[in-house]
Amino acid sequence: MKQLSFVSWVGIGLLVIHVVMALAAPWIAPYSPTAIDATQAMQPPSLLHWGGTDRFGRDIFSRVIYGGQIALVISLTSAAVAVIGGGLIGVYVAYIGGIVDDVIMRCIDALISIPSVLLLLVIVTTFGAGNGVMIAAMVLSYLPSVVRVMRATALEYIPRDFIYAARMRGEQTIDVVWNELWPNILDVLFVEFAMNASWIVLAVSGLSFLGFGVNPPTPDWGLMVNENRAMLLLAPWGILYPMGAVATLVIGLNLVSDTIAHAFGIDRSRGMPI
Amino acid sequence: MVWYTLRRCIGALITLFFVAAVIFAGTELLPGDVATALLGRDATPKRLAQVRAQLHLDRPVGERYWEWFRGFVVGEWGYSLARPTQAIAPLLGERLWNTLWLALIAASVGIPVSILLGVVAGIHRNHVPDVVISVISLVGMSLPEFVIGSLLMLVFGVMWAILPAITIAPPNASFGQLWPSMILPATTLIIVMVAYILRMVRSSVIEVLQSEYVQMAYLKGMPLPQVIWRYAIPTALLPSINAIALTVAWLIGGVVVVETVFNYPGIGRLMTAAVGDRDLPLVQAVGIVGAAFYIGVNLCADIATLWLTPRLRTQYW
Repeated sequence: MKQLSFVSWVGIGLLVIHVVMALAAPWIAPYSPTAIDATQAMQPPSLLHWGGTDRFGRDIFSRVIYGGQIALVISLTSAAVAVIGGGLIGVYVAYIGGIVDDVIMRCIDALISIPSVLLLLVIVTTFGAGNGVMIAAMVLSYLPSVVRVMRATALEYIPRDFIYAARMRGEQTIDVVWNELWPNILDVLFVEFAMNASWIVLAVSGLSFLGFGVNPPTPDWGLMVNENRAMLLLAPWGILYPMGAVATLVIGLNLVSDTIAHAFGIDRSRGMPI
Repeated sequence: MVWYTLRRCIGALITLFFVAAVIFAGTELLPGDVATALLGRDATPKRLAQVRAQLHLDRPVGERYWEWFRGFVVGEWGYSLARPTQAIAPLLGERLWNTLWLALIAASVGIPVSILLGVVAGIHRNHVPDVVISVISLVGMSLPEFVIGSLLMLVFGVMWAILPAITIAPPNASFGQLWPSMILPATTLIIVMVAYILRMVRSSVIEVLQSEYVQMAYLKGMPLPQVIWRYAIPTALLPSINAIALTVAWLIGGVVVVETVFNYPGIGRLMTAAVGDRDLPLVQAVGIVGAAFYIGVNLCADIATLWLTPRLRTQYW
């Protein structure tokens, strides 16, 4: 614990604050996030409304907290499924090798070759908007790159003697993958989880901003920025609060993933979140 | 070298074929089919049969896919569903030019700036310049594009009103009419690009500066600026080519949100409108164009890396 730098503690702190606020939303939110009160529309932040109100009179602070719930649930679920699924596929494919490896990696290459935003939009065109679609779309967009990374990591362990010894012992493929390879790639897996979680939070808020994410009136940070954008000069608090929420969550996730990567000795600077 | 380039090009074409299949398959998975989506509530069995015959939906999937792909390659991209008289190819053409201008400006300013900042941060590691630049990079990475765009719009378009906040020029405007509207979207894209490339360049520079030959040059008495200019920068730039290519390719995706924020008439905004209208041919067309651009940029990056790194040419594929 003493080895963690100040910056790491900032990241962990931000993340903890977000999670606690999202979990405690029903108790700490002063108003319901969808309660419309036309008499209170467009009020600046005050003691009554900590974040001010938007043009329908909904309390912004409560909407930000409830939006945090949605953002965290969707992002962490998608990140977990993408990373665990990608990890299993990557390790399995690396171990099997041969034609299965080639075919699956060609498919993965094809999926990676589509810019993720375009893939997300194509999926949304076909299946409509909504929470389930978003989770599936995020998993489909981010799983291929995880497969690539995990396959490369597993390939470093496969030539080693203990894998060979396990095969000589007569262990089945699934046992080798689960008992021998999987524990060794777990550190890379955690770093990938944190990195992809931060990218998925950005992608979810971007998609909601375009209007293809959660359906209104469910609060979501991207959607709030979109709705309140029209009154930028009159009521800037409408976009500043959700912006601050997104920014602090992603900064927290980035700092935590840096910390984990540093602790495990993994180089994190890999490039764009494609 | 020529043989490797040829193999990479063929690989890219095969990938494009697969990507087209994925995009086509994605829209084929529509519950019901295109005809039901098109007719909506007017979907009587007779009308469904008519529309299906019109759109050739009664032919097998493979044949339809081949027809579509062949038409694409030849140049007949079909007509938009939402506006049935609008042919897709000219519509896409003029929007694509607008977006390419934006991407060109963003890339030509963003790449040198990020390399410069990355080198500075790498050289002065853990000192004040590095800390400042790293914080800027972290903030740039953590804010979504629409947040950065909206903030820029708020500061420069509304509060100080020196730049146009949204684009008023029509889509077929010339570059001369359109360029003031490009400044804010390009700046947004540049900020996000710089944040990512900067990190990559910085870590490469740090790694190179710790290598033995650079330390030898320094210990020999070579002045530090010369060491950096002749040894550190060229070696550090090599792994950055990949990151730069990824970033330029990312522009296709990033441009969608940025164009929507600023109402810029490019293919990003076209895609958003098409998805909103569930205009399948247009979505497919924009998807393919975006993917082709992405694959093309990656191909160039691959070939550039092969050209600069002779050691890679000994590998088989």
